[in-house]
Amino acid sequence: MQHPVGYAAQAAGPLKLESLTTLLTNPWVVPQYLHTMTGTTITASFVVASIGAFYSLRGVHAVVVRSFLPVAIIVGFVASVLAAFPAGDWHAKMVYRHQPVTFAAMEGHFHTEDGAGLVLIGQPDLEKMRLDNPVVIPRLLSFLTHARWNARIEGLSAFPKDLWPTNVPILYYSYHVMAGLGTFFIGIMSLGMVALVCGKLYDQRWLLWILMGSLPFPFIANTAGWMTAEFGRQPWVVYNLMRTAEGYSELVSTGNAGFTLLGFMGMYAFLSVLFLFLMFRIIEEGPRLESAGQTQITSTTEEVV
Amino acid sequence: METLWFWLIGFMLATYVVLDGFDLGVGVLHLFVARTEEERELVLRTIGPVWDGNEVWLLASGGAIVLAFPTLYAISFSGFYLPLMMVLWLLMGRALGVEMHHYIRERLWDQFWNVIFAVSSFMLALFLGVALGNVIRGVPLSAEGKFFLPLWTDFQVGKQTGILDWYTILVGLAAVAALAYHAALWLHWRTDSEVRRRITKIIPILFVLVLVLWIGTIAASISVQPLLTQNFHARPWGAVFPIASFLAIFVSFSLHRRHMAGPAFLTSALSLYAMICSAAAGFYPYVLPASNPQHGLTIYRAASASESMTLALLWWIPGMVLVGIYTYFVYGKILPTRLSLPHEEH
Repeated sequence: MQHPVGYAAQAAGPLKLESLTTLLTNPWVVPQYLHTMTGTTITASFVVASIGAFYSLRGVHAVVVRSFLPVAIIVGFVASVLAAFPAGDWHAKMVYRHQPVTFAAMEGHFHTEDGAGLVLIGQPDLEKMRLDNPVVIPRLLSFLTHARWNARIEGLSAFPKDLWPTNVPILYYSYHVMAGLGTFFIGIMSLGMVALVCGKLYDQRWLLWILMGSLPFPFIANTAGWMTAEFGRQPWVVYNLMRTAEGYSELVSTGNAGFTLLGFMGMYAFLSVLFLFLMFRIIEEGPRLESAGQTQITSTTEEVV
Repeated sequence: METLWFWLIGFMLATYVVLDGFDLGVGVLHLFVARTEEERELVLRTIGPVWDGNEVWLLASGGAIVLAFPTLYAISFSGFYLPLMMVLWLLMGRALGVEMHHYIRERLWDQFWNVIFAVSSFMLALFLGVALGNVIRGVPLSAEGKFFLPLWTDFQVGKQTGILDWYTILVGLAAVAALAYHAALWLHWRTDSEVRRRITKIIPILFVLVLVLWIGTIAASISVQPLLTQNFHARPWGAVFPIASFLAIFVSFSLHRRHMAGPAFLTSALSLYAMICSAAAGFYPYVLPASNPQHGLTIYRAASASESMTLALLWWIPGMVLVGIYTYFVYGKILPTRLSLPHEEH
């Protein structure tokens, strides 16, 4: 959907698959796969690290914590670095090459420039076509994209408005939330590595506090990354082939769609509460060394048949 | 090629009904046949390792429809929007009902999830039948080949019909009965305890219920969808399937009477396959008959490019081989042992 390949148009009817090898070797696949996989690994390491930090701060389950907290920090460090480089970097270059307008919008880059700067913070103002209160590292965007400090990067204004992503601010913010948190992950896990190597991890209470408090961040970063991909693809549902406005079911009315949306919201709200409730219970209970769920049911060998 | 894919997808859907059928039926029955929490646990254990694998057949069938008949997918997933979303919720409810048990050992918690599991299983079995009923009855396809059905209107099979009318509800109830019977035979085969005694009592009742509803459904189908009679005249061999289905269900009952629990279950599976085949043979070459016969969607109009279908077949075969190995492995692990409670061991 982001970068369709291997298809051919037919005179009538839907597109047909032309080349399976082209489809399977779609250049978009590898960076996106690596980026999402490192994203899940980061989430897992932060969940484990945060629970470890919590037990450690409380001073309980010391032996078990010492067996899993270092693993979480090492894996988390490696995954955070890999998520940014090569996966994230590669992925961003892919977006730049195939969806330059999306790239300009998510970077908050309004006007074409030689030696464009990398926006860290700022609020996009689409009416005045500028960024308010910007914090920018000069020339870094050009360098990251082209490996040349003075390379030209097309800004949003270089593209016709009907090709712009439908909601530029959401795209910009979700991308920056993801990238910002990603940088934070590298930072905090590097500190964790340093503390671990020096053998002082369990004495640095401030670090444990930060680790414990970081629990929600990977979830937010993953969601924001997903939003970057989906808002970035707009206004296309299949990039350059089919507009989102052409892709919906005409006969499903807004009221009916609203009904199911509410249903899903209710279901997910319920599930989230349930999830938090059970997670807190499990964390509170702490690790059990014997395997859970004593079996009461035995199996007898079947004589019949 | 279109015909081949029609039957391949029919086979996948039928396998879904046969496999997920027994665990749906277990959901319908478990409140009645298991009285204590231990017994419920036992009943759930019979489907524990397989129920989610069984559900994948539904997903795989959906995927195969996208591949082979994209137009059918586009039309029917929009037209059946509301019931499909509900099926999704029910699937979630069932998964929760099975999986949430283990987290907390507390009577109220167990009761809550038991009821969720039972209700969503019952509704899902009903909806599967209703879905089949909708396809047999046909939907109000417009000249552009689109439709949208509300959940219900006046429950009449007419111009303004909805997903639920008396006919589709009848098919739905027949499906619930058939799957409950199927599941009862499964539990009778798989368990060895007090539960088994209770199941033995309800099997004859379910058997009669299935027969009555199945005959009623056939009669109603013939009156609702003239295509079935036309197809029967064009291809009389199609009658093999309903007859096989009846035979199989009688055989399964008599095998059950002779205490051959395993073969009884397997023949009941055969009868379900034959039931689905009779429906498929009834409306072939249509995949979605319309209330106005000219607008019906046939396999030829719904099919994707023939190269795509050939390519898909090359992937389908090794995929099925893998599934076959997996299925053999999983059932090979669970089937040799029968589950019972420790204090009831013989």
